[in-house]
Amino acid sequence: MTPEQLETIYEALATQLDAIPQPQRELFLAKLVLLQAHEAADPDTTLRHIAEAERDLDD
Amino acid sequence: MRPDGRGETESLYFDYPHFEPPSDRAGLTRRARVAIVGAGPVGMTAALALAKEGIASVLFDAKASFNDGSRAICVARQSFYILDRIGAVAPFLEKALGWTTGRSFYRGRQILEFDMPESPREKYRPMYNIQQQFIEQYLWETIEREPLIEARWQSEVTGIEDTSDGVTLTVRDPKGGYDMAADWVLAADGARSPTRKMRGLRLKGENYEGRYVIADVQMNHDYPTIRRALFDPDCRRGGTVLVHKQPDNIWRIDYQLRDDESTETAMAEGEVRRSVTAVLSDLGHDGAWELEWWSVYSANTLALDDYRDGRVFFIGDSAHIVPIFGVRGLNNGLADAQNIAWKLARVIAGRAPEGLLDSYTPERRGATLDVFANASKSARFMTPPTEGWRLMRDAALSLALTHPFAGELANPRQMTPYTYADSPIVLPDESGFEGGPVPGAALPEARVGDGFLSDLLGPGFNLLTFDPELEGLAKDDLTIVVLQAKTEAESALGTGPGVTYLVRPDGHVAARWREASPEAVRAALHRSIGGDEP
Ligand SMILES: Cc1cc2nc3c(=O)[nH]c(=O)nc-3n(C[C@H](O)[C@H](O)[C@H](O)COP(=O)(O)OP(=O)(O)OC[C@H]3O[C@@H](n4cnc5c(N)ncnc54)[C@H](O)[C@@H]3O)c2cc1C
Repeated sequence: MTPEQLETIYEALATQLDAIPQPQRELFLAKLVLLQAHEAADPDTTLRHIAEAERDLDD
Repeated sequence: MRPDGRGETESLYFDYPHFEPPSDRAGLTRRARVAIVGAGPVGMTAALALAKEGIASVLFDAKASFNDGSRAICVARQSFYILDRIGAVAPFLEKALGWTTGRSFYRGRQILEFDMPESPREKYRPMYNIQQQFIEQYLWETIEREPLIEARWQSEVTGIEDTSDGVTLTVRDPKGGYDMAADWVLAADGARSPTRKMRGLRLKGENYEGRYVIADVQMNHDYPTIRRALFDPDCRRGGTVLVHKQPDNIWRIDYQLRDDESTETAMAEGEVRRSVTAVLSDLGHDGAWELEWWSVYSANTLALDDYRDGRVFFIGDSAHIVPIFGVRGLNNGLADAQNIAWKLARVIAGRAPEGLLDSYTPERRGATLDVFANASKSARFMTPPTEGWRLMRDAALSLALTHPFAGELANPRQMTPYTYADSPIVLPDESGFEGGPVPGAALPEARVGDGFLSDLLGPGFNLLTFDPELEGLAKDDLTIVVLQAKTEAESALGTGPGVTYLVRPDGHVAARWREASPEAVRAALHRSIGGDEP
């Protein structure tokens, strides 16, 4: 993925998150992860990503 | 509980019989080979399985009739084989409603339809719905024809003491009390098992938070026999509802209580009627219905560490309590009864060393832990225990509306027979097999001629082989079944002229070979009855 493509996704996500009221944002993110994980069909990588995303949350 | 104005056993569809305590008092203290405490479905099945092996037993129950109320309804294919073997299956086939399909809905929209494995090759359907009352009645009718079983109703076992060569039971009935010696005891006295308490044993494990009300109603409703699960329906926002059809127009409605609903309020008759009306109108039923019975339960995964305590074996709910999601309580208990019966019968008859009995706990507790693993997954989906579990469950449900893969997460993982792969009396698999059941697995079914593979099995052990030269191995307790190549049996078991399976009395594979020799078969048979490793 090019930096430009990543940026497009970044912006789309930010816009979408703003459009979803707070109580449903978590649900939206959880659905997104399931969808991505299923499409990627690479459970090891997804499990690694779950561990990596958990790091440095309070920085 | 029953509605106001109806007696304790005044059912809309079932006549509870009344059993007297033993009138002939003379032989009551005679020593028994096997005493069975509890004539629930598991105790009765154990008595019948022992009788099939020629072993007499005395069966005690504290009550004067069958268990009442709404209890087990789903009987799995594997249990039908057990009922078949003990000579009780005919009335079950007549009455029970067979089914294969489950449908799950999220906010009224279908997100999953699953089918349990079914094919013309199968003798029995994957699942049957039948009320536990009929299960107990049909087992009882079989027992009444069986001279080797002496049943004593209204007979409560109140004491159990070890002696040098057995146990002494203390029994109390309305006509008096007495002591009776027995060589062996099967404790089939249910979830609250007084035997367990008298032996100082405790169940260990987990209790889940979710509470369900289970209500049986009678109504005319033309939906086929399909398990329906409603997630977050209009009638129970945030909760889960299960709906099952049973014989005689009885429907089982299970609905989850919210955390803020008190059990007491929820159990009041008016509240149950309101809740059931709401569920039924969600299902599109606005017609008449009658309330049969209701109760409340939560999911537990609890088991004994050891199912054996000296000469006492725990079977059924006395040994384990499993969540009902995926319909395991009763089915798991029936398999316990069958497992201990064929082993105990061989030890009593002097055909097997006592060591055979040591395989009971690892095999059946192994099966229970497997049930726990699956049932815990289902329970967490049905009633998420924490925020994280709830969020992911809701994400899966929401996604499932448009993506079927996510609906699979709502699959209730119905009971499948357990594979005793780690059992001390099952031989490790020989390499080189492609397909076919591994040692420890239940024998698959196949059509053979006009009947089924399972119909060819004799009592006791069976050797299924494509090699006619092994026929000479037949002896007491070993039937040789020679199969034809290029048949369904071959595709179920694997190809090759020497392919041979040793099958235990409970229908599980004990060993298999691509090329069997008489020596190998003899050694495997020895191992399967608890003999030392060759
Ligand atoms: C309300 C309810 C709903 C259920 N729903 C389902 C379901 O939908 N699906 C499912 O698979 N399972 C369900 N179960 C569980 C299922 O009913 C049990 O798994 C099954 O009954 C176990 O059979 P059992 O023979 O081991 O014990 P039980 O059926 O409990 O039988 C034990 C017997 O022992 C007798 N007894 C007890 N103490 C003594 C004593 N001291 N002396 C002599 N006799 C004694 C009792 O009278 C009783 O008859 C439900 C249970 C309950 C209570």
